Amino acid sequence: MTKFFKRFYLVLVLLFLYLPIAVLIVQSFNAGISRAKWEGFSFRWYEELFSSPTIMQALYVTLTIALLASIISTILGTLAAIGIHAMKKRPQAAMMTLTNIPMTMPDIVTGISLMLLFIFTQVDRGYFTMLIAHITFDTPYVILSVLPKLREMNRFSYEAALDLGATPGYALWHVILPAVRPGVVTGALLAFTLSLDDFTISYFTTSPLVQNLSTLIYSEARKGIKPTMNSLSALMFVTLLVLLLAVNYRSSKAEQAK
Amino acid sequence: MMGMNMPQWGVWAMALGLGVFLVMLFSSVRRHHGVHRSLFSWPYSLWMIVFTVIPLFLVAYYAFTNKAGQFTMENFANFWDSNREMKMQLSGMGFDPAAMGMGARGTVNVDTLVYSLWMAFLCTIICFAVGYPAALFMADRDFKLGPILIVLFIIPMWMNFLLRTIAWMSLLEDNGLINTLLQQFGFKKLKLMYNSEAVLLGMVYNYLPFMVFPIYNALSRQDKKLSEAAMDLGANKVRTFARVTFPLSLPGIVSGITMVFMPSVTTFFIPRVLGGGNTEMFGDLIERTFLTADNWNVGSALSLIMMLLILLSITLLRKVDPEGEGGSLL
Amino acid sequence: MKKILSLFLVLLMAVSLVPMAAAEGVVNVFNWEDYISEDALKMFEEETGIKVNYMRFTTNEDMMVQVRTSTGAFDVVFPSDYTVERMIAEDLLEPINFDNVPNAQHTAQWLQNPSYDPQNQYSVPYMWGTVGILYDTTRVNGSIDSWSVLFGEEYKGEVFMLDSIRDTMGLALKYLGYSMNTRDPAALQAATDLLIKQKQDGIVKAYQVDETKDKMIAGEAILGVVWSGDAQYAINLNENLAYAVPKEGSNVWVDAMVIPKTARNKENAEKFIDFMSRPDIAQMNCEYIEYSSPNTAAIELMGEEYTNNPNLNPPQEVIDTCEFFNDINDFLPIYNTLWAQVKNAK
Repeated sequence: MTKFFKRFYLVLVLLFLYLPIAVLIVQSFNAGISRAKWEGFSFRWYEELFSSPTIMQALYVTLTIALLASIISTILGTLAAIGIHAMKKRPQAAMMTLTNIPMTMPDIVTGISLMLLFIFTQVDRGYFTMLIAHITFDTPYVILSVLPKLREMNRFSYEAALDLGATPGYALWHVILPAVRPGVVTGALLAFTLSLDDFTISYFTTSPLVQNLSTLIYSEARKGIKPTMNSLSALMFVTLLVLLLAVNYRSSKAEQAK
Repeated sequence: MMGMNMPQWGVWAMALGLGVFLVMLFSSVRRHHGVHRSLFSWPYSLWMIVFTVIPLFLVAYYAFTNKAGQFTMENFANFWDSNREMKMQLSGMGFDPAAMGMGARGTVNVDTLVYSLWMAFLCTIICFAVGYPAALFMADRDFKLGPILIVLFIIPMWMNFLLRTIAWMSLLEDNGLINTLLQQFGFKKLKLMYNSEAVLLGMVYNYLPFMVFPIYNALSRQDKKLSEAAMDLGANKVRTFARVTFPLSLPGIVSGITMVFMPSVTTFFIPRVLGGGNTEMFGDLIERTFLTADNWNVGSALSLIMMLLILLSITLLRKVDPEGEGGSLL
Repeated sequence: MKKILSLFLVLLMAVSLVPMAAAEGVVNVFNWEDYISEDALKMFEEETGIKVNYMRFTTNEDMMVQVRTSTGAFDVVFPSDYTVERMIAEDLLEPINFDNVPNAQHTAQWLQNPSYDPQNQYSVPYMWGTVGILYDTTRVNGSIDSWSVLFGEEYKGEVFMLDSIRDTMGLALKYLGYSMNTRDPAALQAATDLLIKQKQDGIVKAYQVDETKDKMIAGEAILGVVWSGDAQYAINLNENLAYAVPKEGSNVWVDAMVIPKTARNKENAEKFIDFMSRPDIAQMNCEYIEYSSPNTAAIELMGEEYTNNPNLNPPQEVIDTCEFFNDINDFLPIYNTLWAQVKNAK
């Protein structure tokens, strides 16, 4: 009985989470433009999606920024985590504060403060500034994913490698990195996801010319979202779902193999 | 501001900074034996100083200066009395604002802040009430589906949050799906949108996963032997939960609360879409002050106040969970 | 490590250079949401070989902030009358060389040397229209001919207002018998009180801008304050809707094309303005967005379908009751403060 109740409860919560998404996906196949009326099944919005340069451009911006930002912030963050880990207590605390500032800052303040910086230094806001902003909010997350793995690692193996004649670069690449790899991967994925979904910070750090999907949707939302947006998000949703399942499948297989 | 006559100097400054940064990056990796590893964090420190610390100082600079760049506390005074600037301007023009009844309703900013805090509080409570049992049930070791279900909680977050919110609109509208269904079964239409309740729903919807994850993490990491031992020692289920399971999940709860409360105070966009623009939250207020009213000084003051509040609440929460780092992140 | 680094550097440079290029064959256009025919843009690109970077804004106020802060990002902007006046006063606009814009000659007589640009130096009118009430004829009682329907109990919870400071304050002022450009604080306070009471009485369903037309088509509310072109668009898609300019008078506005001082492609901007003023293109835009055209040659091309439609071509006596917005300059912060009171009233 309690078992049934527990499952029923979980199903209810998940239903709540998936209801709007289901609506969105169903709407993307609606032949008509109305949000509420079903006018027959069609791929019309999918066709329009691929012929809309605005959306394709925004998709390009979103994906490249997420990719670049996650790569750069992973490198930056992993190195920083290794450095922070090796620090003495005082500077380490200072660095952790520096890392915690952007994480505790509300998105809107991060966005606005960066906007002020770019305006003050007269840098045209656009792709480049949006990328910088994304790297800035991604990196702390990478650090916080890598640090725990560093703490789990044997702290003398790096010194041992150096004593055996390895250069710091070699020791970094062949000793530290393999040990912290899971943390790095988590951090990179986290950075990618955050970057993909960010709206507020992008909104303040880009110009109306360079739009990512979020800012595009924001401006479209004001005049009524076109169903093409629904079809795009349905596609992205399915892609991510498949990717996630594939990763999960692989890792569970790897675990079984152990 | 110097350099006005030399447009784009910032671009060069940043390019130079990037160059220095890359040289440091390479040198910190490639230096020979004896170089301390802490050098690896230099590029990051530089990055954070340029793109986090300096921007914050800029916000503070604007908050404490007026349009002419002189030091002032006016912007904060304007937070308490949102009519202050207007009244001074009118007096300067020779009007008597008080006699015209223009001093009334000066608490716009304070009211908005209180409303935002209240909404964020409600949102956090609801997320906790809904999320804790969900996390608890999923973390149950006997429940084989748990690890899969928690992934199902992540997936919706991969969909654009604006679109998810707009999807709710098509459900809640007067002629939306829910009302259309209700009518077909002969019920009366309900007013589901354009009010605070709809905004709250949108917030809970968006932030619920942030509550579930950390709690799930904390619960699933618990050693099952602990609760078994408690049972063996004669504690009943309720007691075991209250004395063992719940206290051990506290770090998760703290980080869940932090991760829900913080973004919900500064929510913007949701009130506009689901609340029909009838209410404003602090995020909307900051955005409007910057981008519509074009008042950067007051806008910066509002941002600073926001930040201070957040920092204060985080410090308070840390008191509950002194382990630091707020349990776990995602 | 090195490989990854160099790879990402190359990538970074490749992508960051593309959007930063201010190449010759480009014109950066900043216009209202949904306010141009996509085909016209395509034709411009095909005929001139100039690439159009098209960007959109929602209100004059938001646009001004962007133009002030993103220097050089825009070559052609489409502000409304009072904003043109403001931009001239702030020295943000570049005079247009009318030798390069021969099609500007088609501009209707009454819009040559308009009050907001008296010397006719900086702007070419693009569209004009009115503000009025879009209503669902099946659900209203009697005729809608006064702003009073927005403030009475009859349509409680069924009214969409504009989330735009000048428009909404303006209609309240007009209803109370004041000028839309008043500098009388007591009048502004009275208008604010009226709008707050309207909100507290639960008459307003939502404050929004571009969403209104689609929601009115879907029947989400009975009354909606809209611009005339949005009204015509909605009426075309839902025959139960009708549009009225209230008898107390309303706002008549002009959106014009201007070139910011910081524009990087001034010649292309003039080409663009000239192209949009060409009669066949003006007709194309007018038929697509359904606002009133200031272009006499385009009106001739459109014929009776245009001239007989009172929404597009309002009779002179309606226009006579209406006012242009003027730049209120130093009163703008006061408007902003009062508007914040309305938006936050509970």
